Amino acid sequence: MTVLRVSDLCKSYGGVQAVCNVSFSLDAGEILALIGPNGAGKTTCFNLLNGQIAADSGSAEFEGRSLIGMQPREIWRLGVGRTFQITATFGSMSVRENVQTALLNFHGKLTSIVTLAGRLYVDEAMALLERVGIAAQAERPCGVLAYGDLKRVELAIALANHPHLLLMDEPTAGMAPTERVALMQLTAELARASSIAVLFTEHDMDVVFAHADRILVLNHGTLIAEGKPAEVRANRQVQEVYLGSGSVYGAAHGAEHA
Amino acid sequence: MSFSAIFVQLLNGLASASSLFLVAAGLSLIFGVTRIVNFAHGSLYMLGTYTAYSLVQWFGGGIPGFWSGVLLSGVIVGLFGALVERLLLRRLYHAPELLQLLATFALVLIISDFTLWAWGPEDLLGPRAPGLAGAISIAGRRFPEYDLFLILLGPLVLGLLWLLLTRTRWGTLVRAATEDREMAGALGVNQAWLFTSVFALGSFLAGLGGAIQIPREPAVLTMDLSILSDVFVVVVVGGMGSIPGAFLAAVIIGVLKAMCIGIGNVHAFGIDFSFSKLTLVVEFIVMAVVLVIRPWGLFGRSQGAPRAASTEPPLNLPSPALQKLLLAGLIMLALLPLASDRYTLVLMTDILVFALFAVSLHFIMGPAGMHSFGHAAYFGLGAYAAALLFKHVLPMELALALAPFAAGLGALLFGWFCVRLSGVYLAMLTLAFAQIAWSVVYQWDSFTGGSNGMVGVWPAQWLASKTTFYYLALVLCAGGTMVLWRILYSPFGYGLRAGRDSPLRADAIGIDVRRQQWLGFALAGTFAGLAGAVYAFSKGSISPDALSIPRSVDGLVMVLMGGIQTLTGAVAGAAVFTWLQDSISRQTEFWRALLGGIILFLVLVFPQGIAGFIRERWEARSGRSEA
Amino acid sequence: MLELKGVNSAYGRAHILFDLSLSANRGEVVVLLGRNGAGKSTTLKTLIGLVRPLSGEISFGGRRIEQLEAYQIARLGLGYVPEERRIFTDLSVMENLEVGRQSPRTGAPQWTPEKLFGLFPNLAAMRTRRGAHMSGGEQQMLTIARTLMGNPSAILLDEPSEGLAPVIVEQMANTILELKQEGLCVLLSEQNLHFANLVADRAYIIEKGHIRYQGTMTELAANEQIRATYLSI
Repeated sequence: MTVLRVSDLCKSYGGVQAVCNVSFSLDAGEILALIGPNGAGKTTCFNLLNGQIAADSGSAEFEGRSLIGMQPREIWRLGVGRTFQITATFGSMSVRENVQTALLNFHGKLTSIVTLAGRLYVDEAMALLERVGIAAQAERPCGVLAYGDLKRVELAIALANHPHLLLMDEPTAGMAPTERVALMQLTAELARASSIAVLFTEHDMDVVFAHADRILVLNHGTLIAEGKPAEVRANRQVQEVYLGSGSVYGAAHGAEHA
Repeated sequence: MSFSAIFVQLLNGLASASSLFLVAAGLSLIFGVTRIVNFAHGSLYMLGTYTAYSLVQWFGGGIPGFWSGVLLSGVIVGLFGALVERLLLRRLYHAPELLQLLATFALVLIISDFTLWAWGPEDLLGPRAPGLAGAISIAGRRFPEYDLFLILLGPLVLGLLWLLLTRTRWGTLVRAATEDREMAGALGVNQAWLFTSVFALGSFLAGLGGAIQIPREPAVLTMDLSILSDVFVVVVVGGMGSIPGAFLAAVIIGVLKAMCIGIGNVHAFGIDFSFSKLTLVVEFIVMAVVLVIRPWGLFGRSQGAPRAASTEPPLNLPSPALQKLLLAGLIMLALLPLASDRYTLVLMTDILVFALFAVSLHFIMGPAGMHSFGHAAYFGLGAYAAALLFKHVLPMELALALAPFAAGLGALLFGWFCVRLSGVYLAMLTLAFAQIAWSVVYQWDSFTGGSNGMVGVWPAQWLASKTTFYYLALVLCAGGTMVLWRILYSPFGYGLRAGRDSPLRADAIGIDVRRQQWLGFALAGTFAGLAGAVYAFSKGSISPDALSIPRSVDGLVMVLMGGIQTLTGAVAGAAVFTWLQDSISRQTEFWRALLGGIILFLVLVFPQGIAGFIRERWEARSGRSEA
Repeated sequence: MLELKGVNSAYGRAHILFDLSLSANRGEVVVLLGRNGAGKSTTLKTLIGLVRPLSGEISFGGRRIEQLEAYQIARLGLGYVPEERRIFTDLSVMENLEVGRQSPRTGAPQWTPEKLFGLFPNLAAMRTRRGAHMSGGEQQMLTIARTLMGNPSAILLDEPSEGLAPVIVEQMANTILELKQEGLCVLLSEQNLHFANLVADRAYIIEKGHIRYQGTMTELAANEQIRATYLSI
């Protein structure tokens, strides 16, 4: 089932085409990587989908509804979760309260001034933390968590609205190699178990080749390649503008994932 | 009004724009590099005027005496600014932004009393400028030569500053440090020296801006705060940190003000309208309009999200020990009338009122992250609403009950604009709205009593005794405080904190941050209004002071003195500040300077605030501090 | 050339580095490996004076520097390239270089904008472009060029490969090797072991603020157990 269908998406800034005629689709449970050189338009593409910026032309449909012109919070309501390149959590709250806040809004409770928020949706929040494996840290303030664990908190928050689509901007940026693999492993398991479609950008080719079902390659705002990891890796143009000789990622043992 | 009259008013406006631009450019430079909103900038301007007055007299008249006196005043103020930077502000660069603000406000108090001590309370008008004392004929009217000189001075200084900033290494370093001072330091740029030089230049411009005014306007003791609000507006309208923006904004505002005076009373469509009364608010209207259309000012750029993540400490429910302590405090307050005299009861009523005022300010500044420089607007709206309702229609009890909602409505209206901005811009807009509210109240003689205010706002018979009124204040103010604190632990409060901690994340989980902030702003305004209404009846009278800028700053001082990161801080700050003000003002004529000194001492020694300091001690003792 | 002895550092109340000792020599590329939060960035920031150590000795070119301010250390010829490429976005490429400019010093290669444009040809075409209008890769090149304008004899690079496309990372590796050729001492922090292998002579592995291993890259490559324990590769 197609969850996201993007056609001819365009956006320019001051005469420069940041994103030009980008089209692709994404199925439920599928993990799609968006890669390309710095400045190729990946972030713009992402922000067009999550409502941060408005497209000049083209369409983006999520489960048949157009996302163009919608506010980020409206897109969230439809069932789209997001994580950020640099973690963004609520520093003055515990891990559990972070997830509770997302749940409070999901249940439409944010204007209530009567109840004690800390006592609402505790079980639901704990269940989500359980799923991402950090229930043991539920009562710690977010500020003292290790970076890898913060990324997991973000994932739990993003799952609070039972999303059908997850948008992850460089999900493993700034993490150690082992943490990267573990986080994407977890994401892949969650996606397959709940049929969540995942679109992510990434610079770590070890992560991309290991976990993406399909890869899109952007250069100068246009799609230059699309396909299975092995196909993209073998693509001459992609090697030239982006992948290079393969000396700075696990090219040697890449074959086992392909 | 004839064409020639309009033209001359235009020139008048341009002449006053020049001085405004000089001062604003200084403030903008200092803010850009040091990130300090220098409240004392108006005081530097005032020092410039007074110093020039004395120097010119001392040097005797004549062309060299006058001009060297004016220039030397700028230099002296510049050196004074450098000294302040080295001795005081340098110690505060790592402190939270708001503490630096508090320190500069303490300077305002000190400089203000110093000026009073050194030059006395009388207005001082300087001599005409020798060499430019005449007037020339423009469009058939006489126009002072000195004003023409001022008109040329503005663009000249703009050009020089532009060259300095874009064509010299110093300028490049200043612009680099404006963006990322830590990085500039790691590249070998001596920030300390750069900051001192920027502060000296900014202060020089302020002092010069003041000095060139002596032939036009008398030196008066209130000029520090009056120029400060003008300059804030200019800098914000132009865009913080933008020198050309400050120039354009100074011209716009200078000309509009002059025009309003020039047009005077107009009779149109059967209505009399006085434009000259608009002069007090016209700049703030310009600012509100500009900020709503361009939230970063005309030439400003978005300041972006701060680099570091939020470092706010977790907000936990009060521990049983703290709950017991609060309860004990309440019981003591309830028993107080048994053991105290009338004077103490009146002071305690004041403290209760200001505690609620400070708590309502803390509600939006702390957990909601909106720094308001104009919170007295809602205090004053509540007070005036109570007085007006009581005077015109309602019994005292009903007036007291309804007044907070009037303040809440005001906050709902102003807040709608304010929540569209953030950071310093939001703070400045709140200040602008407070100033508009003040001007309306101050000028509407027939309705609000104008500058005299209103008298005879006495409580009902059964509340007339100081003791009963104290209990009323205790119930309303302590109750209001409890309600506000309780709301912080509700889902609504979590939504507010979410918007402060990470607007990006809050947005991504579907929270309408603006709406949340808007409602929070209105709520805080309502409770400030309650405090104001109680205040009006406790004093029996009300004056425009209730919503003036100094009252807003009092609120800031209370919150920061108590410690913004703790809930109880606002209460502690309000109590200490109100008590200090009361006791010091009975001791000495120069109580402002003394108060400023105490504030400086507290800022330097207890940067975390009174309650924050106590909490740190407590945690250290019970070993609960998290490594 | 660069040496830390028994250094302890903290951010606020959090103790980050514990009795850390390491050294790097002229013409040598040394890499600090370790996961996020291990203390790599703090080590570099302590060296350049952005974090004041609680105790311990730091020397650079034979001079003790642990009590100096960042700008004083930079003026002694230690260059620092932060992570997140903190270029001045309001300034043009040339102005960014101007901020970093210092007078030439003996014993260190001397740089001019023209010489730097030879090393980073991309930048040559955009001298007047504002930093804000550059791509991530170009910005990363500019941060390095800006630091070189100070004619340093040693440079610290904080995660230079992070967030860059693989082709750019390869260019970065070549640049670092060229700097080594010029006789510079290079200390970098990294998480990408592939990249470290391309450029570094020696490695330190840091975990929770302690040095857990030190050795040449060849020794590290041979030590299966250390790599499995600390790098999980």
